[in-house]
Amino acid sequence: MRPFQYTRAPSLTEASHLTAGEDTLAIAGGTNLLDLMKLQVETPGQLADINRLGFADIENTDDGGLRLGALATNTETAVHPRVRADYPVLSRAILAGATQQLRNKATNGGNLCQRTRCFYFTNIDQPCNKRKPGSGCGAIDGVAKLHAILGTSDQCIATYPGDMAVALSALGAEARISGDKGERNVPVRDFHCLPGDTPWIENVLEPGEVITGIALPAPVGGTQIYRKVRERSSYAFALVSVAAIIELTDGKFSRADLAFGGLAHKPWHDPRVGKCLLGQPPSDALFDKAADILLEDARGFGENDFKIPLARRTLHSVLAQATEGAA
Amino acid sequence: MTVHFKQDEPDNSNRLDGMKQGVLGEPLPRIEGLAKVTGTAPYAAEYPIENCAEGVLVTSTITRGKVTSIDRRSVLSMPGVIAVVDDEKMCTRAAQGTANEAPTQGPKQVCYWGQPIALVVAETFEQARDAAKHLKVEYREEDGAPLDPNAVEPEGQEDETVHQGDLAHAMAEAAHNVDVTYTTKGHASAAMEPHAAIAQWDGDKLTVHASLQMLNYNITELAEALDMEEENIRLVSRFVGGGFGSKLGISEEVVAAALAAKQIGRPVRVVQSRQQVFQTVMRRSETTQRLRLAADSDGKLTGFGHEALVSNLPGESFAEPVLQSSHFLYGGENRELMLKVARIHRMTAGSVRAPGEAVGMPTLEGAMDVLAEKVGIDPVELRLRNIPEQDPEEDLPFSSHKLADCLKQGAEAFGWDNGPRKPRRRREGEWWIGTGMASAARVHNIAEAKARVTLKADGTALVETDMTDIGTGTYTILAQIAGEMLGLDPKQVLVELGDTRHPRGPGSGGSWGAASIGSAVYVACKVIREELAKKVGISEEVLELSEGKTATGESLTDLLEGNDLAREGHYEPGDIEDDYTASGFGAFFAEVRVNHYTGETRVDRMLGAFGFGRVLNAKTARSQCIGGITWSIGVALTEALEFDPRDGHLVNCDLAEYHVPVHRDVPDIEAVLVEERDGAASPIQAKGIGELGMCGGAAAIANAIYNACGARLYDYPMTPDRVLAAMPD
Repeated sequence: MRPFQYTRAPSLTEASHLTAGEDTLAIAGGTNLLDLMKLQVETPGQLADINRLGFADIENTDDGGLRLGALATNTETAVHPRVRADYPVLSRAILAGATQQLRNKATNGGNLCQRTRCFYFTNIDQPCNKRKPGSGCGAIDGVAKLHAILGTSDQCIATYPGDMAVALSALGAEARISGDKGERNVPVRDFHCLPGDTPWIENVLEPGEVITGIALPAPVGGTQIYRKVRERSSYAFALVSVAAIIELTDGKFSRADLAFGGLAHKPWHDPRVGKCLLGQPPSDALFDKAADILLEDARGFGENDFKIPLARRTLHSVLAQATEGAA
Repeated sequence: MTVHFKQDEPDNSNRLDGMKQGVLGEPLPRIEGLAKVTGTAPYAAEYPIENCAEGVLVTSTITRGKVTSIDRRSVLSMPGVIAVVDDEKMCTRAAQGTANEAPTQGPKQVCYWGQPIALVVAETFEQARDAAKHLKVEYREEDGAPLDPNAVEPEGQEDETVHQGDLAHAMAEAAHNVDVTYTTKGHASAAMEPHAAIAQWDGDKLTVHASLQMLNYNITELAEALDMEEENIRLVSRFVGGGFGSKLGISEEVVAAALAAKQIGRPVRVVQSRQQVFQTVMRRSETTQRLRLAADSDGKLTGFGHEALVSNLPGESFAEPVLQSSHFLYGGENRELMLKVARIHRMTAGSVRAPGEAVGMPTLEGAMDVLAEKVGIDPVELRLRNIPEQDPEEDLPFSSHKLADCLKQGAEAFGWDNGPRKPRRRREGEWWIGTGMASAARVHNIAEAKARVTLKADGTALVETDMTDIGTGTYTILAQIAGEMLGLDPKQVLVELGDTRHPRGPGSGGSWGAASIGSAVYVACKVIREELAKKVGISEEVLELSEGKTATGESLTDLLEGNDLAREGHYEPGDIEDDYTASGFGAFFAEVRVNHYTGETRVDRMLGAFGFGRVLNAKTARSQCIGGITWSIGVALTEALEFDPRDGHLVNCDLAEYHVPVHRDVPDIEAVLVEERDGAASPIQAKGIGELGMCGGAAAIANAIYNACGARLYDYPMTPDRVLAAMPD
């Protein structure tokens, strides 16, 4: 770990001011950042501690939705009665991630900003365009079992590792962001970026911007499923995950909000996938069609080729489960 | 006074059964358990040593070549930095288990990516870690570092090779035959406590607190590495937070701490980071294994072939002993066994949890399941039909043999259905459910051991040896053995372990610890009993001791008349090692579910029945068994070291990415202890326990996967991608 300055941000304005500096990172739960600092993947000169800025509450909003404080912990969020009752896909996604100890410490805002688990990103003696622009991508032609099959570039094939944001994408949640230019809302679906030629840019946060909350829309009901396929039952990142909010009316899909984890540099939300289901009665052929659309541009890198059939089968399973008895 | 007992004959007197205290075998909780769970048991790095500096290893970023320069100035001006150590005596690898000599030294020559090349010492750990990352090192890389074990011409291991009869002919003539090739991936020990050492010098005397399994060998290894006399070294390892083979030999941090402490004239602590432990200590070799089984129409083996390819660095003596139990587990007069080693430049391969059988048995027992299906008989029955009368390769009897009992009792306890077995007979929702079984075998090892037992004038006892307790229960079973022999509550027996000031034990490894050191304590206690019997005026054979008294009511304190009575027991296995084939045996039964869509496998329940001689403590024995079965789940489903194909570095080097089973992967596990007395195994009739629980269990899971969903896999671990690839539509 490199020596760094620790500053407790006294106010949101000051937090913005501090994190606008090139060498300063905000710290909340620190469950990801501190590990990366020990490895010198992250080497900030200063940490701005935002833990005492408030925005740790979970509150009802006027439109019947729910506002999750960015500093509320993952555990507080997952066990919140309204989250459990109205947004079960979110509760399930959070509980599918990390471990109880980590979730107790990790915050909602930090969760959105977590970094990839690519082996080449976390080893500073290996090439990684994300960590060291221009150094190359170690994962392409390397060990790439966990890596992306959608939206990759020749610069980077890393995945976004989180679960919570996958459910938030399916739910159509928005991140509330505060900066020196004021506040803005960004749909979680648009918060993360694809690697392109700038894999070091992982999300839309500008220097000095801080996530203050996440707004969930009014409850949508439906059958909500979070399905995470992994190599062990807990404390493993998704090979493929699916967040699904499904509703049938008169035996036909009237709602199909789907997002996918483990496939790309961001939670993957392709509106065409849900759209192809709408108005149709569930059937194996329809599920296959949805998978065809999802995986139209999928490309494996050898070790992760299996994710293409796995994503198809997992989607199939989730849709079958959500529509059980209706087909 | 030392009493030396060399065992040339089986001891079937079962003397311990005639003792009167009645504590041996009882499920006593661990003596040190409270200290461990309350955090008061000091581990190697936790000794509060004044003025201690902190060292962090610097590791290579090339695979093969020479360190041409180390720029000390690049870090010496950093805050807190005291020194850079790159002494030629530094070790670049850990010593192999029981090597009893220094591991490879000379950090300038790099043989694998991640090899220690220097140590940076600073006032704080953080300063040292930062400086270690900043140290400027220049290399001259050398070409020609093969990394793929399948791309080099391997070396044969002559002493593992068996050619008996004509296997090819037997295969051709057989009513049923199986010829399958398996692969297994590498494993890491993944002990919770990282490798750590604190070294301090007092003149030319060196004391090192370290996390080690075998102090009796480690002291020799360290003395040779430092070119000094053993008499001037004291090693202390009172508590070890898991070894699993990774702490058998001294590792790089021990020697580095000693050299650094000497260089700067202050104590130095070196703790390896989690990544370093993974990348620099020991890996279990990946393997490729071909199994050939020829059987007659009844399933009786007429031919048996097992060939394995493993790997290691050039110059390393260790070759994963894949075939160890294959030599004697089943009959078949035409035999071909062969072990080959590919020399590649990945990190050192060495002992990791049950070296050999941990990966050899799952393949053999997978192939047996294939054979059972071909013959059309129950897999339990197939095993029962193939238990040999004596060692099928050497003209030796078995010391004892509990495989048949374990198979029968295990099947009974599990509720094994011996009806026709067809895959895909049971489905719940998305999940296929099935069962599988496998035999267990692990060679019995035993080693020379010394322990001093002192019966104190106050009627308590003290047991002293440099033996370690790596979490297995050694403290407790030694108190039980001494308590049983001397008629004492184990609470009255103080056990002092893990200090080379004490007599040399066997160390913990190869599951030999309990039987070996237990025998030394037994030998010492027996002589103390003889002294006491003399005082009473009777023979030792009829001396009854319990609750600190003889049968006629004389107390030990009275008999001792104010004097301590100390004897050192020295146990040595003699001809029994050569005259018998000795092994622990067992049977595994598993029920698993396999997801039709995702290929995920979950173990619903698992049972192991084991025969390993006398049970010294039913609780710690059971814990060893269920721990072993847990590792079986890891071998079957989750554990795999992944190496970069271009520079050979280990990529998944922490506990998030190297998947040992977590709680949710581990179901209800039952262990059935099939107790026996094996007089040719040791004078206490006990054998090893620790490793047997993972020697074959993975095959019970693999066979259950096939029975559940019809996917027959030949590659461990059976991760979702592999299960899906083999899943029938």
